[in-house]
Amino acid sequence: MSELSELYQQVILDHNKKPRNFRKLDTANRTAEGYNPLCGDHLSVYLDVEDDRVKDISFEGSGCAISKASASMMTKAVKGKSRGDVEGLFSEFHKMLIGELDEENTPNHLGSLKIFAGVREFPVRVKCATLAWHTLHAALNNEELVSTE
Amino acid sequence: MLAEAKTIQEATSVAWDVERIRADFPVLRQTVNGKPLIYLDNAASSQVPQVVIERGSMYLEQEHSNIHRGVHYLSQKATTAYEGARETVKRFINAREAKECIFVRGTTEGINLVMHGYGRKFIGAEDEIIISAMEHHANIVPWQMLCEEKGAVLRVIPMNDAGELILDEYEGLLNERTKLVAVTHVSNALGTINPIKRMIESAHKYGVPVLIDGAQSAPHMLVDVQDLDCDFYAFSGHKMFAPTGSGVIYGKGALLEKMNPFQGGGDMIKTVTFEKTTYADLPNKFEAGTPAIASQIGLGAAIDYLNSIGREQAEAHERELLRYATERLSAIEGVRIIGTAREKASVLSFIIDEIHPHDIGTILDQEGIAVRAGHHCAQPVMQRFNIPATARASFAFYNTKEEVDVLARTVEKVIDIFG
Repeated sequence: MSELSELYQQVILDHNKKPRNFRKLDTANRTAEGYNPLCGDHLSVYLDVEDDRVKDISFEGSGCAISKASASMMTKAVKGKSRGDVEGLFSEFHKMLIGELDEENTPNHLGSLKIFAGVREFPVRVKCATLAWHTLHAALNNEELVSTE
Repeated sequence: MLAEAKTIQEATSVAWDVERIRADFPVLRQTVNGKPLIYLDNAASSQVPQVVIERGSMYLEQEHSNIHRGVHYLSQKATTAYEGARETVKRFINAREAKECIFVRGTTEGINLVMHGYGRKFIGAEDEIIISAMEHHANIVPWQMLCEEKGAVLRVIPMNDAGELILDEYEGLLNERTKLVAVTHVSNALGTINPIKRMIESAHKYGVPVLIDGAQSAPHMLVDVQDLDCDFYAFSGHKMFAPTGSGVIYGKGALLEKMNPFQGGGDMIKTVTFEKTTYADLPNKFEAGTPAIASQIGLGAAIDYLNSIGREQAEAHERELLRYATERLSAIEGVRIIGTAREKASVLSFIIDEIHPHDIGTILDQEGIAVRAGHHCAQPVMQRFNIPATARASFAFYNTKEEVDVLARTVEKVIDIFG
C-alpha cells in the first residue's frame, strides 16, 4: 500500500475534503470549463485577471480526490502570479507527473505541489491531476471549454 | 417461482465447481500488484476460456483464408467454420434461420446497422422513436443522429428510483406515430432486467418493431428471440467470453429483406456494373468486406463452451454472487447501491458517501480487483440519480464468494483511507 499512501497523502485528502477557493468568483473576468469525458469529472475555473496577473481565482465542480485537491492547491499556488509564471508552473507540474522532472534534484517552483509526485505511479490518474491546470490555461487564453481524455 | 429458484440454487451448490471452471480461463491465473487478480469488470468485457483461444489459434494456424470466394481448399475450410459459427448463434438465440443472424463487430455496430438500414429508410419527419432512460450511449446516439437527420422525435421511457422502467408511461408513449422501440434487455449501469416480452407485445399492438440491446443479457441468461418475438436483437462477443470484434444483430428475415444494406463493398453484392448493383441475399447483404473471421469463429466456440458448462447453472451461480455481494456491500456504512430493481442481473453499481468512484477504483486496483469506475457510457442514468459516476462490480460464473469477501474488505479499507 506504499504507493497508495504516496498518492493519497493527508494533505491531498484534506484539500479534497475542504477544497480552498471552492466557490464562484463574483469579480471573475475570465472563466473556463474543463471536462474529462472518460470519467465525467467536470470543473469550472474563475479568474480575475488584472495586468496579466492572476489577482484572484476560484473553482467549482465535481471530481475525484486527486482532481479536486489538485484544483484546490492550484488556486493557492497561482494567486498573485503573472501569466508567464503560471504557465511555467503548469509546465513543471506536468513534467513532474509524467516523470520528466525530478522535483527533488532539479531547481523548480513547485513548492507544495510536489506532493502530487506520487500520481506518476498511476498513469491513468495524471489527467485527474492536470484537469484544473488545463482549464486554468484555457481561461487564461480565453478558451471556454477544454476536455482531457 | 421462489421455490423454483431455490431448487436451482441447491442443485448448483452441488454441481457448480467454480475452481474447475476458473481453470478454463488462463487470464485469471495472474497477480496484479502482487495480489491474485479479482476480475469484476465482466459487464465491460469478459474473459476468454482456453478452448476459445485454441479455436482462434487453430483457425489462424490451419484454416485462415478469405471466406465466400476462393474455390480452393482453405477458403472452403474458412467458410465452413464461419458459417458453422452462424449456425451455432442461430441455435443459441433460437432464430428461425441462420441467415437472420448478421455478423457485426459488436452491439454498437448492430444497432447502427438497424439505424441505417431500417431507420433511414422507414422513419421520417415527426415519426417517433422510443428508447428508455437506462440506455447505453450505443442505444441513444444512433437514434439521436437519425432524429436530427429526419426530423423525427426521440421519446424516453422514464424509470423509478429503484431503476425500473415505468411501464404505464411506456404504454402512454406508444401511438400511431411511433415507428420503432429500442430498449435494453439488461441495464449495464444498474443491472435491471427489463420485462421486454411484455414491452414487445405492447409495441406490436401498434405494429411497431422492437430492437433489443442484448449486450448484457446474451452472456447471462437464456434468450429465445422467437419466444420474445423481438424484431431485432443485438449482442457482443467480447462480453460473452469470445474475442473482441465479434457480435451479432439478429433481425426477422422479412424486415432484413426490406431494409437497405448497411455498408457497400465486396461480398454484399450479386452483380455490379457502373449503372446498377444488385445486392446479395441474406445474410451477405449486410456483411460487406472481409469480416473478423477468427473472432466470429471464436464466438461460436464460446457458445459451445457456455452450453458445455450449463447455462442455467452458470446463471444461478451469478445470481447467488449478486445476492451475496449486495448483502455484503449494503452492510457497510456509507455504501449505497445504485439500481435496486426487483429483477437484476449480476451487475452491482455502488457509491460511497464523499468518495469519488475513481478513487475507489484506484484503491481496489491496488488490491488486484478490477471494477469499472465511471459513467458506464450511460450518462443519462447518472443524471437520473444525480451522481457523477459509480463504481461497478459485475460478476461472471467464474467469480467466487471469496472474491466478493475481498471486495467488501477493500471497500472498508477505502472508507478507512478517506476517514
